[in-house]
Amino acid sequence: MSSVTVDHVPGKAHDHSHDHGHAMPHGWRRWLFATNHKDIGTMYLIFSLTMLFEGGALALLLRTELFEPGLQFFQPELFNQFTTMHGLIMVFGAVMPAFVGFANWMIPLQIGASDMAFARMNNFSFWLLPVAAILLTASFFVPGGATAAGWTLYAPLTMQMGPGMDLAIFAIHIMGASSIMGAINIVVTILNMRAPGMTLMKMPMFCWTWLITAYLLIAVMPVLAAAITMVLTDRHFGTGFFNAAAGGDPVLYQHIFWFFGHPEVYIMILPAFGIVSAIVPAFARKQLFGYASMVYATASIAILSFIVWAHHMFTTGMPVTGQLYFMYATMLISIPTGVKVFNWVATMWRGSMTFETPMLFSVGFIFVFTIGGFTGLILSMAPIDIQVHDTYYVVAHFHYVLVAGSLFALFAGAYYWMPKWTGRMYDERLGKWHFWMSMISFNVTFFPMHFLGLAGMPRRYADYAAQFTDFHAIATVGAFWFGLSQLIFVWVIIKSYSGKGEPAPAKPWEAAEGLEWTVPSPAPFHTFETPPVVK
Amino acid sequence: MKKLRGLLGSCAMLLSAVAGAQVQDMPGGPRVNQLNLTEGVTQIARDVVWLHWMMLIICLVIFVGVFGVMFYSIWAHRKSRGAKPATFHESVGVEIAWTVIPFLIVIAMALPATRTVVAMKDTSSADMTVKAVGYQWKWGYEYVDGPAAGVKFLSNLSTPRAQIENKEPKGQFYLMEVDNPLVVPVGKKIRVVTTANDVIHSWMVPDLGVKQDAIPGFLRNTWFRAEKVGEYRGQCAELCGKDHAFMPIVVKVVSEEDWAKWTAEQQKKLAALADDPNKQWTKEELIARGQNVYAAQCAACHQANGKGVAPAFPPLDGSKIVMGPQAEQIAILLKGKEGTAMQSYKQLSDVELAAVATYTRNAWGNGGKGQDPVVMPASFKAAR
Repeated sequence: MSSVTVDHVPGKAHDHSHDHGHAMPHGWRRWLFATNHKDIGTMYLIFSLTMLFEGGALALLLRTELFEPGLQFFQPELFNQFTTMHGLIMVFGAVMPAFVGFANWMIPLQIGASDMAFARMNNFSFWLLPVAAILLTASFFVPGGATAAGWTLYAPLTMQMGPGMDLAIFAIHIMGASSIMGAINIVVTILNMRAPGMTLMKMPMFCWTWLITAYLLIAVMPVLAAAITMVLTDRHFGTGFFNAAAGGDPVLYQHIFWFFGHPEVYIMILPAFGIVSAIVPAFARKQLFGYASMVYATASIAILSFIVWAHHMFTTGMPVTGQLYFMYATMLISIPTGVKVFNWVATMWRGSMTFETPMLFSVGFIFVFTIGGFTGLILSMAPIDIQVHDTYYVVAHFHYVLVAGSLFALFAGAYYWMPKWTGRMYDERLGKWHFWMSMISFNVTFFPMHFLGLAGMPRRYADYAAQFTDFHAIATVGAFWFGLSQLIFVWVIIKSYSGKGEPAPAKPWEAAEGLEWTVPSPAPFHTFETPPVVK
Repeated sequence: MKKLRGLLGSCAMLLSAVAGAQVQDMPGGPRVNQLNLTEGVTQIARDVVWLHWMMLIICLVIFVGVFGVMFYSIWAHRKSRGAKPATFHESVGVEIAWTVIPFLIVIAMALPATRTVVAMKDTSSADMTVKAVGYQWKWGYEYVDGPAAGVKFLSNLSTPRAQIENKEPKGQFYLMEVDNPLVVPVGKKIRVVTTANDVIHSWMVPDLGVKQDAIPGFLRNTWFRAEKVGEYRGQCAELCGKDHAFMPIVVKVVSEEDWAKWTAEQQKKLAALADDPNKQWTKEELIARGQNVYAAQCAACHQANGKGVAPAFPPLDGSKIVMGPQAEQIAILLKGKEGTAMQSYKQLSDVELAAVATYTRNAWGNGGKGQDPVVMPASFKAAR
């Protein structure tokens, strides 16, 4: 990104707001009828944090059962409900809405727009989420409990589930609708509402990654909706899409699901790349290396993500040519992903670095995400994949890219922009504790899972051979440690929002770039009512 | 000093006692705290181990290179050491290099992998074909050709329930032992055709380098050629419902002589079994046989006490169907019940079905008080 200079007087916007009769509403109306991108962003973030703790609690319940072999606390039916709901809640409730929350808050501020393009749709797309979350959570309490078919909801196992399955299908439909609306809003905002002079190739990387992610969402969420609708009609209306006896095919479901599922992986990681690409230059006090190649790499990853889906299905038994094609295509993804890592390292090279919490989480992200990237490359090899498919190796792999990847980047972004959101600096000491605790306990939890998987421990097992005991015990201890460490984060947020801590200046980070740092902290209710001019 | 030595001694004894009670490696299954893939007993399994080492080494080298640079930079280029930021922000040459070089590395990785993929998929010219059918929650095997052709049996978890519920200490083969292992000859190319009866299962045996999904309504195949006599263990690898963790796979690889002996024995049993339906069984014989069938086939859902698990698995104790005329129970056992987890059990023999029906009519509170307390194999034969 070329350096951005702004012709804009900070603070002016605030006085302005009263003239328009757009004064800030108060009480519950402010939130229920919210049309302000900052309020909606805040609600998204609070919602996703709540869901992170719900999903986390489920993870701890299943780790408790896995502490030692034998059935101690939960019967397998309930255990399977926990694994399924942990996955669904984390993917659709925690990670995706969190990134939309960041988009809501930051994209208008970064491109110099006054708000999101469709403010009322923005309100609707948020308020759909709590409805979906209630449906999902309530499904635990219907006869037969929540769906226990795994978050991938493979047919025909889904045919055997109780009404909890239908609730999950409705919830996913609603969350999908919410995502699509959010994505349309983001695309329109970015394409139409950039400040004069803010050309596409001057946009911050976060906006670029979200623009590409939004297109991915629009392309694949309907595919997921189609897949689960077919499950619904198979369950209740006598269709046989996935039933061989009626001329259907259970593997068809997997093809449709993973055609959504693989781009979904990138939906959850591309905005994370954007956040890290903002933070690393700010704390290295040096421009992002290879801005253009970052944009091209993001776009290549997005395009490749559509043509590699069947690498999730190597063990279903596809023809040798199919297996070879999906293996080669998958291996190619490592190239643009590698370019990104190289660019971040080159950005740090000969910079002048300091290590506040956002930078710690970003460096941690690069380091640990890359481990997940390497195991991904190893998994892309069909013969190795067949040996470790559906074992803990895969569990380790996707938690390295999703927890140490997406979640750590979300933490990095939260610390980076929290001064802008709250007007207060967060507690640096607590932030550092949060980072080191999370980093260490994350590895204690998930590193041993590589060994378990290589030794042949299948995933989604409520009970296991006694030879696996030690690594499971370590993972359980690590999981509780990791879970409790997240309470530090909640404490940091509460402190910051309740006005404790130093008041934050408009630009608390010495070398941070972008329009968001030209407005005061906390960002006033209305910003950029007159668009800034970017030179 | 003496005291200290005594203390140390008793500590050491305690430790060794604990170690003695600890689990041991499982032959043909996981070793205690195993770190890497199993070496296995097939060429494919060994190829996979080789590929994995190759990938691990390449990835480690790149990892050390990239993060060596990053951590050096973190150490040397920090503000607290007085580093002044440079201003460079792109370099076409460098950027092309770090796109092209990884591309070449990826091609180098793909070449050996391709060879293994082609070998894995080549199920042609097998010496023998076995069909593996996944059921909730057990495996069924059927010898399609060769000297054991026609032999078929079910293979259930044989770990006692008490071990799973922590009422007994866990054995060395906990959860990875079965009543009837799949028996195959050593050194022969065995083609395994998989399918499933209800939901998708996956037939995996790491030592053989095999994992193949079993898909209801479709046939898939894979193969292995075991080079060493022994028992090799695996588990179901595709989430298939409640007892997904309790349907292991054991493949017993035997020498040529043992294989001949085993097949002869099986063929004799097969011949004996064929006469069964015409025999008049006594009620006691049927109940005794039925109890075993019930424990293996029915107890997972309907429970050993016949109370079932509401709402998916209804109770048999006091059930109208079990207490009523035999025809309805026979129909359900043979055809299953649509829209529920109750599957067809027509793969069982008439004697087994009659035995289990008779057992349920006489067990628990039912006590033979309903209609038709004894069901004869001939009734099943007629109803098929």
